[in-house]
Amino acid sequence: MIRYILRRLLLLVPVLVGLSMLVFTIARLLPGDPVRLAAGPNATPADIASVAKEFGLDRPLLAQYWDYATGLLRGDWGVSIFSRRPVLEDLSTYLPATLELVLAAMILAVAIGIPAGLMAAVYRDRWPDFLSRAVSLGAISMPRFFLGLLFQLGFAMWLGWLPLSGRFPLTEDPPSAITGLLTIDALLSGNFHALGIALQHLALPAIAMSLSPLATITRMMRASTIEVLQQDYVTTERALGLSRGKILFKYVLKNAVSATLTVIGLYFGWLLGGTVLVETVFDWPGLGLYATQAVLTQDFMPIIGVTLCIGTLFVLVNLLVDLVYGLLNPRVRLR
Amino acid sequence: MALLEIRDLHLHMRSFDGEAHVLNGIDLTVDRGEIWGIVGETGCGKSLTGLSVSRLVPTPPARYARGAIRLDGEDLLAADEKRLRALRGRRIGMIFQDPTTNLNPVFRVGEQLLDVALHAGRSDPSLLGLAPGASGRALKRAARELSLAMLDRVGIPNPAARLDDYPHQFSGGMKQRVLIAMALIGRPDLLIADEPTTALDVSVQAQILRLIHELVREHQLGVMFITHNLGVVAQLCSHVAVMYAGNVVEAGPVRDVLKSPRHPYTNALLAALPTAGTARGALQGLAGTVPSLLTPPPGCRFFNRCPRGEPGCTAATPPLVGPEGGHRVACPVVLR
Amino acid sequence: MSERLRRGLYRFRRSWVSVLGLGIVCLLLLIAILGPAIVPHPEHVAGLVQTGTRFQPPSAAWWFGTNEVGQDVFSLTLAGTRVSLLAGMAVVIVGAVIGVFVGAIAGFFGGWLDEGLMRLSDLMLTVPSLILAMAVAAALGPGTGNMIFAIALSWWPGYARLVRGEVMAKKEEQFVTAARAMGAGSGRLLRRHVLPNIVSPVIVKMSLDMGFAILTVASLGFVGIGVKPPTPEWGSLLSVARANMPDYWWTAIFPGLAIFLAVFGFNLLGDGLRDLLDPKARR
Repeated sequence: MIRYILRRLLLLVPVLVGLSMLVFTIARLLPGDPVRLAAGPNATPADIASVAKEFGLDRPLLAQYWDYATGLLRGDWGVSIFSRRPVLEDLSTYLPATLELVLAAMILAVAIGIPAGLMAAVYRDRWPDFLSRAVSLGAISMPRFFLGLLFQLGFAMWLGWLPLSGRFPLTEDPPSAITGLLTIDALLSGNFHALGIALQHLALPAIAMSLSPLATITRMMRASTIEVLQQDYVTTERALGLSRGKILFKYVLKNAVSATLTVIGLYFGWLLGGTVLVETVFDWPGLGLYATQAVLTQDFMPIIGVTLCIGTLFVLVNLLVDLVYGLLNPRVRLR
Repeated sequence: MALLEIRDLHLHMRSFDGEAHVLNGIDLTVDRGEIWGIVGETGCGKSLTGLSVSRLVPTPPARYARGAIRLDGEDLLAADEKRLRALRGRRIGMIFQDPTTNLNPVFRVGEQLLDVALHAGRSDPSLLGLAPGASGRALKRAARELSLAMLDRVGIPNPAARLDDYPHQFSGGMKQRVLIAMALIGRPDLLIADEPTTALDVSVQAQILRLIHELVREHQLGVMFITHNLGVVAQLCSHVAVMYAGNVVEAGPVRDVLKSPRHPYTNALLAALPTAGTARGALQGLAGTVPSLLTPPPGCRFFNRCPRGEPGCTAATPPLVGPEGGHRVACPVVLR
Repeated sequence: MSERLRRGLYRFRRSWVSVLGLGIVCLLLLIAILGPAIVPHPEHVAGLVQTGTRFQPPSAAWWFGTNEVGQDVFSLTLAGTRVSLLAGMAVVIVGAVIGVFVGAIAGFFGGWLDEGLMRLSDLMLTVPSLILAMAVAAALGPGTGNMIFAIALSWWPGYARLVRGEVMAKKEEQFVTAARAMGAGSGRLLRRHVLPNIVSPVIVKMSLDMGFAILTVASLGFVGIGVKPPTPEWGSLLSVARANMPDYWWTAIFPGLAIFLAVFGFNLLGDGLRDLLDPKARR
C-alpha cells in the first residue's frame, strides 16, 4: 500500500515536468506583449528593454524554461508582473479559498447525489425517479454563472437572507489562520461567530457550484444501483431474510458507490479548474479570480502557476480516488 | 401436516407481449426428510416454483392467479412482507446456482454470514443458545460463534482465519460451501436448492452433493432440489417431480419414476440421457418445441410433441393421478 | 423476443425527451438562420443607443424589456442565437478535426508517435481547460475566430482518444488487412477504409459536446473575453447586465435563460442520438 502510494507519487514527477513544459510553451508562443503592458502605456523603448531584462524575457525560450523549472524546485514560482508579488505567495493566499469552495460543493453533491441516485434506482420509473432525472437533466444544462446570478438576485437582493458576495467581511475578525479554510479554522478555534459568517458567505457559491456534479453523481449512482440491484447476491440476501434497509444501505450501497467513485474524482479535479465563473460572480477571492485577473493583464507567471497548481491537485485527487476505490473494492490490489 | 404443500399453483407473468401462464397448476408436497428433485428443461418453471415458495418472484410483473403455498399449514401467498422476512433464512433456506455471483464481492464472508445469523438469532435467540431478551452484544458474540461453527461444519478448513477473507479469496466449491452455511445457519426446515452444483467442477460437485446429503440427514430437512441433471437426482433425491411447460407431469419416489417412467415426456427425457452403452449417433432428441406460454394450447401442453397423443388430450389439463405420496402421473392415455 | 421489445419500448419512452431536444434545437437553428429578418429592432442589434427608452420593464412593446442603453433585450437575445450556435459548432468541428487527425495518426502508426501524442493529450486533460482557453483567447486578442481557436485547443484530446481506440480496433479487421495486401498505401487506407468507420462515434460525441461548447463560449463572454460588444453574445450580455441587478433583472434573466435553453436542447438531443447511433454506450 505504502509502496503503491510512493510509486504513484513518483509518477507525478514526469507529469508535472510535462505539464510545466506544455503550459510554459503555450504561454510563450502566444502573441501579446506582457513587457509592454507591464512597462505602462508611456514607456520608452529603453524602459521596455529594462523590464524585459528584469524578468529575463529577452533570453531564448529553452533557457527561460530551465530557469523557471529550477526556480520551481527552489520554491521560486516567478513574480507576477502585475502585482509584483511572488506567485507562490499569491497561490498560498488564493488556493485555500478555492479549496474550501470546491470541497463544500463536492460534499453537497455527494451528500445529496448518492442518496438521490439510490432512491431513484429503488423507485425506478416512479415519481422519485422522474423527479431526480428531470432535475439532473436541467442541472447539467444550467450555466453555473447564471445560476449564481439568480441566487444573488433571489436570496441576497430580494429576500436578503444571505450576503451578496465576498468570502469574509473586512469589518469582522477572521478566525485564526490554521488551514486557510475559514470554516475549518473557525471550527478548530471554536469561533462559532466567525463560523456562522463564513458559512453564510460560502452557501450560495457552494450550492451554485455543486449543481452539475450533483446531477452527474445522481445519474451515475442511479445507473450503478440499478445494476447492483439485479445482481444475484441481492436475491440471496433477500432469500435469507435480511431486511430491505440492511440490503440497500449496507450491501447495495457499498457496491454502487465504488462504481460512482471515479466520476466523483474526475469532477473534483474538473471543478478546481472551473471555479473561475462562480468566483467571478461572487467575488470569491480564489484561484479562479486570480487567474482571470492574470489573463486579463496577460501576466504569464501567475497563469502558469495556477495551471500547475490545479494540474497537481487533479493528479493527487485521482490518486486518492484510486486509493479509496482499492479500499472499497477488495478485488483491486494496489501494487 | 406436510412441511410444504403447493396446491394448484397458477403464476402469470406480465410481459410486453401479454400475460404468460408460466405455472399452470403446480401440485407438490414436501415432507421433512424428503429430498425432492425438481427436473425439467430450461423455462419449464422449476426455478419460479422454488422462488415462489420464498415469495421472491416480484409481483408485479408476476401474479398468482390461483392456488396456495402452505408451510406447516400457513398460507404463504397471504403472508405480508414482514412475516415472509421472518420465514426467510429462518424456516426456509435457499442456495443458488452460481456461487461466484451469489456472494457480495465487497464484504467479508464472515460479515455476510454474521448478518444472516443475527437475523435468525433475533427472531429465535435459542438458536444461538440464548434466552429471549439477550443483549445485543451477547447476540453478536453468539452469532459469531455460530458462524464459525457453521463454516467448520460445511468443511471450510481453518474457519476462524477465513471469516475475514473476501469471496474472491475462495474457490468456487468453497464459496458454495459458504453459501450453504449461510442458508442453513438459521436451522431452516425447508431448503430450496436451485441448481447448486451446475456451475461447479464435476469433482467438486460430488463433494457438495455429499455435504448437502449429510446436512439433510442431520437436520431432517425437507428439500426442493431444482436441477436438470437426472444423474444428480438419482444419486441424491428420495423423490422426483418432472416438470414440463409449467406443469408437474409426473411425480413420486425416485426409484419408481426413474425405473418405470410412465409419462411420455419423462420417457423422452430418460431416453435422451446418454449411458455408457449408447452407440455413437444414437442419442435421441425430442422433436418439436415447447408451446408458447402466452397462448398455451388447451389441454395437455406436451400434446404437440407427444408420441402417444390422442384427440382427447386437448380437452383439459390432465391432473396428477395416483396414490398420495406414491407414483403419480398426469397423462390419461398411459393411465388407461 | 420480449427483450428486444422491452428495449424498443424503453427507447421509445426515452425518445420523447430526445424529441423535445430536437424541437428546441430546430427552433434555435431557425432563429439563427432567420436572425436579422425576424428581430423587431435590428437597429439595436447594430448598436443604436436610445437612452430615452432605457430600462423599460418587460411589456407588450418590449417583450424582454430594454437595457441600460435603451436597446431591446428581446432583439439582442434573438440575435445572440446565431453567434452562440455558430461559435459552438465551430469549436466542436475544429476540436473534432484536430482530434480525429491526431487520433488517426496515433492509432494507425502506433509506436513512439502514438506514445508521444497520447501523453500529450493526457497532459492536456489535466490542464484546466477554461483557464487555458481564457489565457489563449486573451493573448490572441478579441475576435470570434480567436476565441473559437482558443477553446478548441483544449477540446481535441477527447476526440483523439476516441478515434485512436476505434482506429486501433478497426485496423486489425480483415478488410483493412486485405486492402493492405492488395497494395493500398497508408494514406489511402486511412481515408478509404478506416475513417469512414469512425464517423458515427465521432458524430455522437460532437452532438454530446455541442451543449458544453455553447456553455464554454458563453462563459468566456461572461468573463469578458471572446466575443466583444456590440456583437450580441449571451454571455457578454449577461456580464454587462450584472451591473443592473437587482432592479433591472430582465436584462440578465433572458440572455441567461437563452443559454440554458440552448445547452438543454443540445444535451437532450445528444443523449438521444447516442442511444440511437451508439448501441455500445446504451444502458
